[in-house]
Formats: sequence, structure tokens, C-alpha cells
Amino acid sequence: MVFISSGYNPEKPMENRITDIGPHKYDEYFPPVIKKNLGKWLYHEILEPGVLMHVAENGDKVYTVRVGGTRTMSITHIRELCDIADQYCGGYLRWTTRNNVEFMVTNEAAMKKLRDELDSRKFEGGSYKFPVGGTGAGISNMVHTQGWVHCHTPATDASGPVKCVMDAIFDDFKNMRMPAPVRIALACCINMCGAVHCSDIGLVGIHRKPPMIDHQWADQLCEIPLAVAACPTAAVRPIKVEYNGEKVNSIAVKQERCMYCGNCYTMCPALPISDGEGDGIAIMVGGKVSNRISMPKFSKVVVGYIPNEPPRWPTLTNTVKHIVEVYAANARKYERLGDWAERIGWESFFKLTGLEFTHHLIDDFRDPAYYTWRQSTQFKF
Amino acid sequence: MAKHATPQLDQLESGPWPSFVSDIKQEAAMRAKNPKGLDYQIPQDCPDDLLGVLELSYAEKETHWKHGGIVGVFGYGGGVIGRYCDQPEQFSGVAHFHTMRVAQPSGKYYNTKFLRDLCDIWDLRGSGLTNMHGSTGDIVLLGTQTHQLEEIFFELTHNMHVDLGGSGSNLRTPEACLGQSRCEYACYNTQDMCYQLTQDYQDELHRPAFPYKFKFKFDGCPNGCVCAMARSDFAVVGTWKDDIKIDQDKVKAYVGGAIRPNAGAHAGRDWGKFDIQAEMIDRCPSRCMKWDGAKLSIKTADCVRCMHCINTMPQALRIGDERGASILVGAKAPVVDGAQMGSLLMPFISCEAPYDDVKEVIEKIWDWWMEEGKNRERVGETMKRLSFQKLLEVTKIPATACHVKEPRSNPYIFFKEEEVPGGWQRDLVAYRKRHQR
Repeated sequence: MVFISSGYNPEKPMENRITDIGPHKYDEYFPPVIKKNLGKWLYHEILEPGVLMHVAENGDKVYTVRVGGTRTMSITHIRELCDIADQYCGGYLRWTTRNNVEFMVTNEAAMKKLRDELDSRKFEGGSYKFPVGGTGAGISNMVHTQGWVHCHTPATDASGPVKCVMDAIFDDFKNMRMPAPVRIALACCINMCGAVHCSDIGLVGIHRKPPMIDHQWADQLCEIPLAVAACPTAAVRPIKVEYNGEKVNSIAVKQERCMYCGNCYTMCPALPISDGEGDGIAIMVGGKVSNRISMPKFSKVVVGYIPNEPPRWPTLTNTVKHIVEVYAANARKYERLGDWAERIGWESFFKLTGLEFTHHLIDDFRDPAYYTWRQSTQFKF
Repeated sequence: MAKHATPQLDQLESGPWPSFVSDIKQEAAMRAKNPKGLDYQIPQDCPDDLLGVLELSYAEKETHWKHGGIVGVFGYGGGVIGRYCDQPEQFSGVAHFHTMRVAQPSGKYYNTKFLRDLCDIWDLRGSGLTNMHGSTGDIVLLGTQTHQLEEIFFELTHNMHVDLGGSGSNLRTPEACLGQSRCEYACYNTQDMCYQLTQDYQDELHRPAFPYKFKFKFDGCPNGCVCAMARSDFAVVGTWKDDIKIDQDKVKAYVGGAIRPNAGAHAGRDWGKFDIQAEMIDRCPSRCMKWDGAKLSIKTADCVRCMHCINTMPQALRIGDERGASILVGAKAPVVDGAQMGSLLMPFISCEAPYDDVKEVIEKIWDWWMEEGKNRERVGETMKRLSFQKLLEVTKIPATACHVKEPRSNPYIFFKEEEVPGGWQRDLVAYRKRHQR
């Protein structure tokens, strides 16, 4: 390949350098109807799954068609989205926080054409490219992290399990039969870039083996005190060991204290933690972010470990589908998954779902643990 | 013809949900065909090799990306994340595969020219693969090599007038819900506050000077569509102070069945006729509403603005006029010390540009956290370690009952010396005159 210069001159890096200009201003890419009615929206309706209608004070209407997107997205795919936006939406489109893509038009007939067009396109492999849905009391797109596609600390893949779970609940992406919105998220390790900790259903990659210690490299790759300080359970300490006849500075891990968070690995690459047999996924449920009716709450672990089962992740997928179905059959209208579990009690949650309650589900991490033990005789047999 | 056999990944092409595998394959095929005759600046077959290395991960159930790698553009400490494959001989196309975060416009509205220009840069100088978007909101350009970083940055800034986002121990790219652009619930202009603060804090965004990451997020109302209260160190959540506005005729229309409740969100199932008593009045968390069969009334003093009634009757009920936001501080995911939800610091601010009142609080928090925070300690953890009182002290916000769910249940109170008459220095000799040893 021939190197193509952008104009950047490495000899004079500061010449004409532009820095700290930030993002484009938010209203630069507003469709005209959005620009005109900023702050003047009166109400909205969900006309059908994936289709919203917002009505402004002056009677203007904007119809939004929402489609599911994969977070990992090629430029070929983005260019196809652009073609559709050019053809139907005056060249404007937007993404949502949950990796959906939204197209906006100003009349119902255009909306229907656009919706049908989006729903008609498929990849060569057979899956939809732009499935319409993800609104209201249904299941929206899963937010997720990088997983094995691009991350250095994952305990599981992200895009793969998400594809399989979304396949299993696809009907509920395109329908609104749930008691309340169900938000599912996946984080490929407990660092939780995907903020699974407040989702109705959170899938989180976990390790189950303490890190290995690469004595040959520890002192060269790491600031050992940082690795020691990074451990939340004080399981990591500095030591001197014999390696190849030489005394070297290294690290020791008190294994029974380790809860495999991977923090030490983040600080020190000489402590690799990932393991094909040990790693897997925990399922958390009942979290939410909205202040609606009840206060925001954390998700709770209801399945401590599911093995990684690529490529179709059957145990994970079936368990999520099962939890969704039991919730849908039992909760009241407007009741989020966590509110339902709290109303009926967690004893009943495990009874109804048939999930096994094991000692792994009793919190044993510092203070937060104590606040979750039951200090009452009010419980259910 | 695919470069690597991917029997496991191929199984992720079936099923209805969009397949990222099909998409990467489509990109691999496009690059192999090279219809524009580009002189690709990084390996043409990198999408093939990405599938190859992922297939290997599917076989071994372990990642093949190496730890870290310090790369970036001149003068910035954030925005680029170095990434190297740990099987570079087998997958040379992704041996170096760095990520660049690009600052997204608040609310993620685009026109196709912007996106196409970005795609053109990424076609020539990157892998052709992206994340739209990363968890923090940035446009993520997924996979390029070190020698292209300055070239891409030059093109982004000179030709597209857009900047990199944040990474590392700095301010992360702020994110807002779409706010007033298309939502009747937005209590302030989330996108504007997000944009202004992003511009004001470019230095903090690009040059790591903090103990760890720091995130702002802006939600227009308590529904919390960008999850500010759960995910950001500094969450600005819209709210209001006065009465919820009621259109009694529209309330009757909901009760009578002329308008579908909850904007039609429950249309997928027959839940029976809308029952205002059961579905709204009885579910109100503060029991502040009454329906007498003809008129809906709300006792504003008891309302906690949870949004349920407004969500249920968007055509009849509206947020009040005295609008602004609450500020919550310290949310984070579990690492290192367990998950934390944001804690209420400022019950109400007015949210008027240029947002000096908000910036004042932010800067006081930063000054304190940079002084006291340990390495890799989020501000929520610093608050936990040094107390909420300390946060109130450094931000000069007086304590109110709004700050707690309940007052403390232990009397182990730290008093300051100046709070106790006579101070802490006492006269032992005088004491002994009153009390024998």
C-alpha cells in the first residue's frame, strides 16, 4: 500500500493543529420538524410496536420508526442506513441509548412505506437488517459491551450471547405484551462497561479462578504496589520469588480471598485471569433506573453461574426466556420485574421461576452483604 | 471466499435478530471487492481476521486481545485505546487494532453527510467496523494501526470538525437523553447543558488528571432514559417544583376509553378497560392523587414526581412550569467497591445557560476528589470513604432532609471541635479537683 497523507506533518505536529473542538452542536443535525418544535412537544403515542408519533403544540407531527441495531456495525451497514435516510427522511437519522436506530418522517403514509421497507431488508445469512420494534411494554435492544470481539478482560463474549438472547425474545421486541418495559443488558465482565447493575435482566461475565502469576514478567510489566492496592479483598501482596535461579520481585495471591474481579489484571498484565473452563455468565434481575412508582434499584443475582456455551449459548438463552415468560404471566400491569419480585417476595420468585437458590446467591461482600440478610420472622415457607 | 473457516460463528447468522457476523462478513466481502479502488491504509483483510480470531475465542472460550498498549494522538491522553491481538502471526490483519472514540453530537442525531464522511475515513484508514455506539455514548471506530492515528485525527478535526472522546482517568464523553428535541417530559434542555459542559471541559476530557474516570449524564426527567442516576458520577435529572398540569377533559377521555393509557405502550395484550383508581391513583407512590369520578386532583406537596401518572396519561397530565433538575453524585458499576447509585446532592437547580451554578458544584467536587481520591477510586467511593458530610462541606451545600432516605440509626456522630462549646482542649487539673483518681 502507498501511504496517503491526510496533510498531517509529523515533523511539525503543532502546525495548523486543531484540538479540543468537541462534538458537533446537537441541533446541527435536527430534522426540520425537530428543529422547529424544540421544547414544544405536547404528547406522544406509540402507534404500533416500533412506531412513535409525537405531536407538537402547533399540531405538527413527527413519526419515528425505531429499528434494532447491532452495536458492532460495519460502514457498509451504516451506508445502507444512510441510503434509507436519504430516500425517506431528508438525510437525517438518530441512534438511541440502547443502540436502536430511529428514522423520522412527518406523515403517516411515509411512515408506513418506511416501516415496510425497513422490515423487508435481510442479511444474506437470513437475519433481519433493520427489524422494527423495541418500544413500550416490550423488550428493547440489549445494550452490551465488547466481549471477545475486542476486549482484553472479558469473561464471556458479548455480541454472540446478545444475538442468541435477542433471537429467543425477538417476538417481544416486536410486541408490547409485557407488564412493563423489560430492559436486558450484557456486560462481559464485572467491570460492567454496559451498566448491567440496574437492568431488569442483567447478564454479566464472571471469572471463577484466581489469576495466574507470571513471575518472569511481573516486575517488568507491572507497578506491583498498584496491583496490590487494586485488590478490593486484600488478596494480593508483594513477594520475592526464585525464578530461573534469580530472586525476582513478584506477586502472591491469597486464593481463597479472591473473588476474581480482574482488577489486579487491569493494573498488571502479568496476572492473566481468563479461563475457558472457569469463566461464564451470572444472571441478575430486578434492577431499574427509572424513578417511576418505585425508586431505582440494583439488579440481584439469581443464577450464580452459567457456563460459556458458544456458539448458541442455550442454557443462558433458555433461562432468560423462562424468566421473561414467568414474569409476563404473573406481574401486574406497570410492574417492573424487580417490583414484582419484591411484591411477591424473593422466596416466591424462586418458587415460581423454579430457579435454584444456592449459597452463591447470599451476599458475602463486605457491608452490602449484611443489608441483604433477613432480619425478621416475616418470610414465606 | 472467506479467509478463515468460522463454523461456530456461522451459526450466529441464523435467527431473526440482526447478525453481527453477517455484517462483518459483508464488510469483509466489500473490502475484498474494493469497489472504490481504495489504497487501504491498514490491512484489507482485517474484518476476515477479526472473524478468525473471534472463531478461535469461540473454540477456546478465552479472549485473544492483549492487555493495554499506550497509544494516542499528540497532546491528548484520552480518546484512543490501544489494542493488540495475542496471536499476531495467525491474524496479522488485526495484530494492531486500536479503538478511536469520536465525540457524538448530544442526542445522537446525524445527517447522512456526516456519517458518510466518517465512513469514508474509516474505509481508507480503519477496519470499516464501528460500534454505534459505545456504552458511554461515543461513536467508536473499531480497529486501526498506530501510524494512522494522527492521520485520522487530522481528518476528523480539519475536514469533519469533530473531536475525539474521552478515555482513561479523565472526564468521559458526556451523554444526554434526546430531551426537548422530541420529548414532552424534558424539564430542561439536556442536550444544551451536555454540549456546553462538554465544550467547557475539553481539557478535562482529553488530558487525564483525575484519580479515575468521571462521567456526566443528563436526563430530562425522572424516567431516566440515559440512566444518569445509575451510571454517572454526576447526574443531572430533570424535575419540577410546582403543580402537575391537568386537562380534566382529557382525563375523562382516558377514563372513558377514548384515549389509550400509557401512550399505547401496553397494546400487545388485553389488560381490560382502563381503571384509573387501580392503575393510577392506587399506584401513586406518595398517594397524593384523588379521583372523585369527575375530577382528578393532586396534592402537590405530597407528590414525589415519579412520572407514573404523567406516563400513564401523557395527553391529560403535564410536567409543571417551575422546571429545573436535581443533581445526584457518585453512581458507578461494581468495580472496585461494589455498585453505587447516585446520591442526591442538589434537590433543585434552575438549569439556565451558561449553567454557572452547575459548573461551580462540579469544580468544587473535582478539586476535592483530585486532592483526596485514591488511584482508581470513583468519586462515589471517595464519598463513601470520607462521608457525605464532607461532600456537603466542600460543595458548601447545607444539609437537608432531602439528602437522606432516613436519618442515621447509630449515634456515632463526628462533631467538629468548633461545634462543641469550649472546644476539645480541657483542663485535667481542674477536672481532678472535681473527680478523685
